[in-house]
This record gives sequence, structure tokens and C-alpha cells, in this order.
Amino acid sequence: MSTDTRYLSMDLLRFTTAGSVDDGKSTLIGRLLYDSKAIFDDQLEAIERATEQRGEDHLNLSLLTDGLRAEREQGITIDVAYRYFATPRRKFIIADTPGHIQYTRNMVTGASTANLAIVLVDARKGIVEQTCRHSFIAALLRIQHLVLAVNKMDLVDWSEDRFNEIVAEYKQFASRLEIPDIRFIPLSALHGDNVVDRSTHMPWYHGGSLLYTLETVYIGSDLNHVDARFPVQTVIRPNSDEHHDFRAFAGRIAGGVFKPGDDVVALPSGIGSRIKSIHGPAGELSEAFAPMSVAMTLEDNIDLSRGDMVVKANNPPQATQDIEAMLCWFSEKKLQPGGKYLLRHTTRESKCVLKAVRYKVDINTLHRKAGDLEIGMNDIGRVHLRVAHPLLCDSYQRNRATGSFILVDEFTHATLGAGMIIGTPMSELPGPGTVEMGGL
Amino acid sequence: MSTYHLTHLAQLEHEAIFILREVFAQFERPALLFSGGKDSIVMVRLAQKAFAPSRLPFPLVHVDTGHNFPETIRFRDQMVEAVGARLIVRYVEDSIRAGRAQEEKGLNPSRNGLQTVTLLDAIEEFKFDACLGGARRDEEKARAKERFFSHRDEFGQWDPKNQRPELWNLFNGRKHPGEHFRVFPLSNWTEMDVWQYIAQERLEIPSIYFAHRRSVVNRSGVLLADTPFISLLPGERFEEKQVRFRTVGDATCTGAVESSASNLDEIIQEVASARVTERGARADDKRSETAMEDRKKAGYF
Repeated sequence: MSTDTRYLSMDLLRFTTAGSVDDGKSTLIGRLLYDSKAIFDDQLEAIERATEQRGEDHLNLSLLTDGLRAEREQGITIDVAYRYFATPRRKFIIADTPGHIQYTRNMVTGASTANLAIVLVDARKGIVEQTCRHSFIAALLRIQHLVLAVNKMDLVDWSEDRFNEIVAEYKQFASRLEIPDIRFIPLSALHGDNVVDRSTHMPWYHGGSLLYTLETVYIGSDLNHVDARFPVQTVIRPNSDEHHDFRAFAGRIAGGVFKPGDDVVALPSGIGSRIKSIHGPAGELSEAFAPMSVAMTLEDNIDLSRGDMVVKANNPPQATQDIEAMLCWFSEKKLQPGGKYLLRHTTRESKCVLKAVRYKVDINTLHRKAGDLEIGMNDIGRVHLRVAHPLLCDSYQRNRATGSFILVDEFTHATLGAGMIIGTPMSELPGPGTVEMGGL
Repeated sequence: MSTYHLTHLAQLEHEAIFILREVFAQFERPALLFSGGKDSIVMVRLAQKAFAPSRLPFPLVHVDTGHNFPETIRFRDQMVEAVGARLIVRYVEDSIRAGRAQEEKGLNPSRNGLQTVTLLDAIEEFKFDACLGGARRDEEKARAKERFFSHRDEFGQWDPKNQRPELWNLFNGRKHPGEHFRVFPLSNWTEMDVWQYIAQERLEIPSIYFAHRRSVVNRSGVLLADTPFISLLPGERFEEKQVRFRTVGDATCTGAVESSASNLDEIIQEVASARVTERGARADDKRSETAMEDRKKAGYF
């Protein structure tokens, strides 16, 4: 039975991959999938057939992820593709983010749910503009773990010196980012060195292979288990004789830990109550934590519905109509000064208005763009938004779930941008050279 | 900190329940598309958990091609009764009779593609604004690009090049009148996860998923079952083999695989060592490189 039930203790790692055009990203993903048996014979045959039809020499593993007709025709990746594989230790979800037209949208989307980012560089070229862009977005989205995968080591004669040079250069650049855990792995995706198994060509490297790193990186403390936040999604009222008085508040815990008996406060009303019971997918729970989906009953019959939040009495979030945020813009339609948008935050939707663009970031250099406050597609900038109703929020740095929002077009309903809350407006901005990493 | 830990299966379960509740909260008339296959069985269980102790707050909708395995239909009816759900069945046959769909030409016409007509008619008839489906991104490369909340225009069409980005846990279900959404709570599940969940929850599934002896014909590598909807081509013959089905769809295009897996543990082991994808035995996907994308754009599941 032991082999059949191992899955009952596996955990889940979500990671994002980003790289420049020819740095071997598809080859690397292809190898991870193939070596973990997540590519199947019929998929491989289909790719072989398609590669042949195109008259290409090498097996084109990007055809595995570029599933759409337009992508295959143009040989580009349009959209984030999700891929799955598992080892006996972990299940992995890859968000493979293309660096083409909509690069900010794709990278930000992939990074928003990732625990870890793999940034690929070509050992011959070293750190390039795109490396900085990818790393900045990983840092901005508060990915806690980054692997700099130095690929094509075979083409620099497996040189330790070259690897150390790249590591030193990257460390200098990355000191401006706030990524707590950065690792460096020399590898050759084409030959499989340090991808799944340790390389025999680089005895000077003493770290683990990429797969070993992905399997063992500790992500248990990445979520906020301190500030108890429970945004109410919907109310469950059975309306049956059997459960006549049952009224539970359903939602996904966005932070902290809740237990039956806890004194809580409903926001925005501010009315206090006590948790009577918490129901999870497998029945009643003695405690519940992020990111569990539960239903909670309270001792008192208080007014509470979608968009409201249950928190602990001694630790409330901010409630503010004015927010400062880093905003990533996805739309071809530029961000309008004074423009009105729908803002979706936790389970709440409110109108908001753009009060000011503070500055725009040059995402390749991490500098501010002087004298340019126009936010168009792929741009990232710091903004001040005024919201119609107070947002119950934390800084994104403190909590990804209560610190993030999207902006939606009132008329087309398109998702236009994504924001990370820094805080409330301050009288002064930090010095002109500084770009904030999403929280202060 | 390590006590606050969820297994991969638990994380997927919590995510799917969140999506199901989000659909209930954001839409007025949702429905759950139910085929009687393993993915839709998992969907029903998750929906029960999401709204317990209430009953399912939306009906199950089955688009019946008339080309079913009788075991699946029997199972469907038993399950609907056990769950106490409301079942709506709409028939491809009716769409053909009404002249809204045309039977394919050829020896073994498949009604797989025609389901789209019947489905879109049902969506219009009941004014569903969100249809929950059990499709997963690992099934097929076009589905790998699919969103949790997938927008459909007033003609039921999918525009894969112009999808709304989905970030964090924020799902944008806003739409204009006449448009609807397809929602896929199992997006991040793999075939293996589904089987592990069925084992963990001890879910009942139709018998055709387990190994049994059946008369089949090998057509271009796909083992098609001997049913009234299949006629033999010159040189073909039915032979009895020990098989099981990895997916359950229209009998004209769902192939069996040779297998001796007779219980869930054996199926999980078989899936773990499988070298062909689950849909590798689906003739409907083999019609062209982008067969799934083309059907999905038109409004398919």
C-alpha cells in the first residue's frame, strides 16, 4: 500500500519560468517534464510530426506548450501556459510566461500565484536587460524564492570562473531587490546537466540539481499565518427544516489562523462576536488557516455578507479610501488621469478614481523614468487611487491576498491592470532614485 | 509553522471550492455540466462540500448524444437521486430533428461536435450565465491556455487570443447581457489528482472505468467498443479484450485501453506508469492538430 498512498503527503509548489528568446527555456521545461514522465508518447509523437511538417531540425519542445493555432503559426507564445508534473515528493505547477508582446501581463500573472521563480540566463551572454526585468517583477510580486539558472554551461566549457562572474554580477544587481532566498545553479538543459541529476562535468559545483532544489525548497512560512483575515465570499443558509437556523459565512482564509471560540470583529460594521464553529471540506475543524476554504458560524446573529471581512479584534487591517499602490498596466488603452475604474479587492468590488501617477518605473534598469507619467501597456508605476468605499487591506508586502487588487473597465469589463498596495498616501515620497518593491 | 501545511490534494480541493462559491456569488443562473464521467463526479462532490449543508444551488445539465454507454446513464441517474440534485437532460437527437444540427456524413457519424449546438441551445433556454465544467488544463494543449473563468460571447464563442488575465484569487466574472462564462474549478488538477481524490473520497464511479472484457475493434490504434453506433469497415473485426476506459464520452469516439486494473489502487498505479495521455484514445482530438481549439472556439465544453 505504501507506494499507493505516498501522494497523501505530497505538497504543492507553484513556480514561474521566464527567460529571453533563445536561452533554452522550452528545452529546460521539456526536460523537466520528460524526465519526470509528464510528457507522454502520443504528445511526443505529435510534436515530432509537427516539427517535421515545419521542416525544423531539432525537436521543438515549445510546441508542447504553445497549443493555440495562432501561436503555432507565428512561432510565438501568446499567453501564459500552465504545465503540471509531479515527483514522489511534490506536485509542481509551472506558469510558463512568454516574454513577447504582453510581457508584463504574462509575467505578472504567472508570478502572482508562484512560490518560486526560475530566471534563465545564457552563460555566454550573462545578465541582460530581460534578466533584470524578470527579476524585478518576481521581486515586485513578492516571490520569496528565486533560482538563477545559468544555462548552456556546455558552451562555456563548464567554466567555474564564468559561472562565478555571472553570480557576482547578479548579486550586485539583486541587492536592490528584496528577495530573501536566491540560488544559483549552473546547468545545461540540452544535455541534462544539473537539471534532474547532478552534473559530472562540473565537480566544482556542490549544490543540488534544479529538480532537487524545486523538491526541497522550504515554502511553509511563505504565507501569512499571523494576521487573521477572512473575507466573506457568500452566506450559506440551507432553508431546510433540518438546518432551520443554520447560517454560515463561506470564504477562503486570506491570512492568519482562526479557531472556534475566537473573539472576532465583523468589518466594516465593527460588531463583535465569537466563532461558534468552522466547517472545512472534511467536516468540523479545530483550527483553520490560509489558504483554506471554510464556512464559519458565529455566536451572534450579526449583519455580514459578501465583501465584508472577519478579523481578530486586536489586529484589524487598514480601512482606507485612499491607497498608494504599484500598478501594472495590461491594456492598450492608457491609464487615464481622473479615470474611473472598478476595483476588485478580496471579495469586494468598488469604484475608484485615479488621483495621481507618482512615477513610472523603467523595469529594465529599476530606475524611475524622469518626466514621464504616462502609463501604457506593459508599464508599471506608483499611483494614488481614491476608492468609493473603504478598502479593508494590508500592504502587499505583509499579505498578498489582502494587499492585491485588479482594475476592471466599467464598460468593456476587461481586466486592465493589477495593483499591489503599499499603504496610504504619505506627505513625502522616498528619494528620487528609489523604486519601491511593493511595501514600505 | 510546519503545522499549517496542506497536501497538494487539499490545496486543489480548497481552490476548487473557492471557485465554486465564487460562481455562486458572482452569477445569477449557474449550472453544472454533468456527463457522468469521473471529472464531473468529482465536481459534484466538491459542490456538495462547498455548499453543505445546503443542497446543490444549481442544476446538473447533461447533453446527451444518444451514443452513450448504458452503464454511464444508469450511473448518472443513481447519482442524481443520491445527491438529490435537479437534472436537466437535452438531447442531440432533438437538435437534429429540429433541423438545428446535421448528422455527420460517413460510416460512423460522431455526434461529439453536435453537442455544441444542443449545449448552446440549453444555455439560451435556461438563460444560464455560468456553466461549470470539469475540464482540466493538463488534458489538452488548447485547454492549457484556458482560464478558471472563461468568457464566452453572445454566440458562445471562446476568443483564446483575447482572454482576461487572472491574478491571485481575483476572478472577473463581469459580462454583458447574453454573454456567459464557462468555469473550470479543476483547472489545476491532473488525471492523477482526480484519481487520487476519487480514492481519498471513496467516490462511486461507473463500472466501465474498471477492467472488464468487452468486444472492441482496433481502428487506427483506437479501441472502439462494439455498440450499435459502430459499423465495421472492410477488413475490420471485433475481438474480445480486457479493457477499461480512461475517459467517458460519446461511444463513437471514446477508445478503450487494454488494462487489468480492477480497483482504484491499480488504476492509480496504471496512471502513474502510463505513457499515453488520457485523451490519446480520443478519436475526436485526432482529427487535426488544433481540433480541440477549433471546437472550443465554437462553444464546445
